[in-house]
Amino acid sequence: MRLALFLLPLMASPAFANKIYITNERGNSVSVLDSATWEKIAEFPAGNRPRGITISPDGKKLYVCASDDDTVRVFDPETYEEIGTLPSGPDPELFVLGPGGNPLYIANEDDNLVTVVDVETRAVLAEVPVGVEPEGMAISPDGKTLVNTSETTNMAHFIDTESYQITHNILVDQRPRYAEFTADGTKLYVTSEIGGTLAVVDLTGSEPVVAKKIAFEVPGVLPEWLQPVGVRITADDSRVFVALGPANRVAVIDGTTDEVIDYLLVGQRVWQMALTPDEAFLITTNGNSNDVSIIDVKAEKVIKSVQVGEQPWGVVVAPD
Amino acid sequence: MPLLRTFIAAASALFALALPAAAVEVKAAVLRIDRTLPLPISRLDIPPGDLGFAGAELATEDNQTTGRFIGMEFSLETRAVAPEAAGDALDALKAEGIGLIVVLGDGPTTLALADRAGPEVLILNAGARDEALREEDCRANMLHVAPSRQMTTDAVVQFLIWKKWARLLLIHGSHPEDAALADAYRASAKKFGAKIVEERLFEDTGGARRTDTGHVLVQRQIPVFTQDTEDHDVVVAADESDVFAAYLPFHTWTPRPVVGSAGLIPVTWMPALEAWGATQFQRRFENLTGRGMREEDYQVWLALRVVGEAVTRTGSADPAAIRDYALSEAFELAAFKGQKVTFRPWNGQLRQPIMLTDRHVMVSVSPQDGYLHPVSPLDTLGRDRPETACTAFGG
Repeated sequence: MRLALFLLPLMASPAFANKIYITNERGNSVSVLDSATWEKIAEFPAGNRPRGITISPDGKKLYVCASDDDTVRVFDPETYEEIGTLPSGPDPELFVLGPGGNPLYIANEDDNLVTVVDVETRAVLAEVPVGVEPEGMAISPDGKTLVNTSETTNMAHFIDTESYQITHNILVDQRPRYAEFTADGTKLYVTSEIGGTLAVVDLTGSEPVVAKKIAFEVPGVLPEWLQPVGVRITADDSRVFVALGPANRVAVIDGTTDEVIDYLLVGQRVWQMALTPDEAFLITTNGNSNDVSIIDVKAEKVIKSVQVGEQPWGVVVAPD
Repeated sequence: MPLLRTFIAAASALFALALPAAAVEVKAAVLRIDRTLPLPISRLDIPPGDLGFAGAELATEDNQTTGRFIGMEFSLETRAVAPEAAGDALDALKAEGIGLIVVLGDGPTTLALADRAGPEVLILNAGARDEALREEDCRANMLHVAPSRQMTTDAVVQFLIWKKWARLLLIHGSHPEDAALADAYRASAKKFGAKIVEERLFEDTGGARRTDTGHVLVQRQIPVFTQDTEDHDVVVAADESDVFAAYLPFHTWTPRPVVGSAGLIPVTWMPALEAWGATQFQRRFENLTGRGMREEDYQVWLALRVVGEAVTRTGSADPAAIRDYALSEAFELAAFKGQKVTFRPWNGQLRQPIMLTDRHVMVSVSPQDGYLHPVSPLDTLGRDRPETACTAFGG
């Protein structure tokens, strides 16, 4: 009882300190921030051209796509020591972990393949042929469906994670970069960087269907620069955040109506994003201003920017 | 209008996917016109035997990777012929039932082929940069993936203005192509407010291109040729015939940068490009061919990707349907240039950024920041709609 009383004030506050890991594509490093202070507390070498980054659900393993090393590097998130590598195929850029933390699904842009790797045994479980230049990777909440986007084929490929067969292909606009499922699994959002749109894919029917394409418009910004890339969705599916690349904005979308409600000015060439576990904050990587922007999710305001390494690309937050 | 466009794209996407599994066959060909030309000044420029065809092979692979998901079968024929044999080669391809033909050749031959092909064939011009093909000699059955000369000269002059290097010494060659390129530079200078302070003609007097100690003479002759000029910021070389421009950098009397046919060169592609996700594309090409990608390869690749994109979205392999879709507002294509490329509906010219390179790295890309346009900044490169002399597109 006494213990519980002690814990109560702690749990009521959102101020769980989480480490935030940011890959610096040009700096060949990972910067570590503390979410309580937003101070940079460490920076460690992470191989050549680190881009995609993710962390195991138990917070014990940090995975980094070292693109120019043609491998996935695995780090201890506390000591920052490298504890191993995983076979990835050439030039890994983005990947996604199965909901239980295994396997790891990796997009191999050079070979038009999705590689499935067991993170414990390092075995390649499958290679799935997909379209030209596979890039975005998303896993459904139940772990049964993997989605890969191929940049030159302009498709989202739906892959059954048991049979490793493609079940559906849907065409989206030019150069699809990123895909993300809603938490309830009824929708998939796909960004098309060159097409400048966000496709809303309805998953409630017998086949996935593009229900809507959301376009973006910011006064004073050339339409050519509105290039949607990273996507993050709140756990209640009420808000969808879309990084708009060289437009230096994050679009805020109402997850119910799928209408854009606001644009938040962040750093230059905003690329990927991550939410803190309590969803109080959204962190964006800004590749051309070498910083990250911190967005207060509830207020939908940018509250801070923090300098990191050279050309920040990916970001992941340690679980509680 | 954006709403309508979204609707068309979505509707056609659904249509493509609703097609039955029976394969739609898409037959395309590349017809390359090989003229007998003198050796290039630099042996780095000797054309490989598969020039253009290699780009076609990669495009066909790319199209087919997409095609297998939606029941499309892409095939490719390639022919390399002399200009006088071009007509017969075209007839033979038509007889094989091929109605999508990429032409990589000179302006007059390309125009003759478009006239001979007839309205049931779609010609995609991947080589000729002649202004006339887009203007008074435009043809309804011909789209231009290659940029016009003035698109490339506008790209150079925009950069010079951005640099505030507005006083130009124009040196042009003595062949008709050189004169056409010099005309384009004059038009670009006028358009963007640069001043050509002096012009000089470099006469092609023939002679061998390969001599053991040619550099000794070059080092003496070029300074003499470029002395006593008006004050200038930059030397603009108009030498499409590859006679002298390569000798200008470092040899001019006054120390000034060289742009145009040497020095800083406007290109549609360069094998060093890594921006805009181009690295994987370069590597796919290099794995296929064992060499770097040249402009001709890129332009042929792009022409066939236009076909692939139109087929994927419309579900039709009919040349007329592909042409109409390419010219419609719904068409857009990612081309490793950082923004989508589209067609000008009034003359069938592909809008595209032009890169400026010293052939080692990309120095800049045009259109330059600050050149605005009501339709697209890309329309600041080349002749715009109000200036067009083309009537074949119903505009």
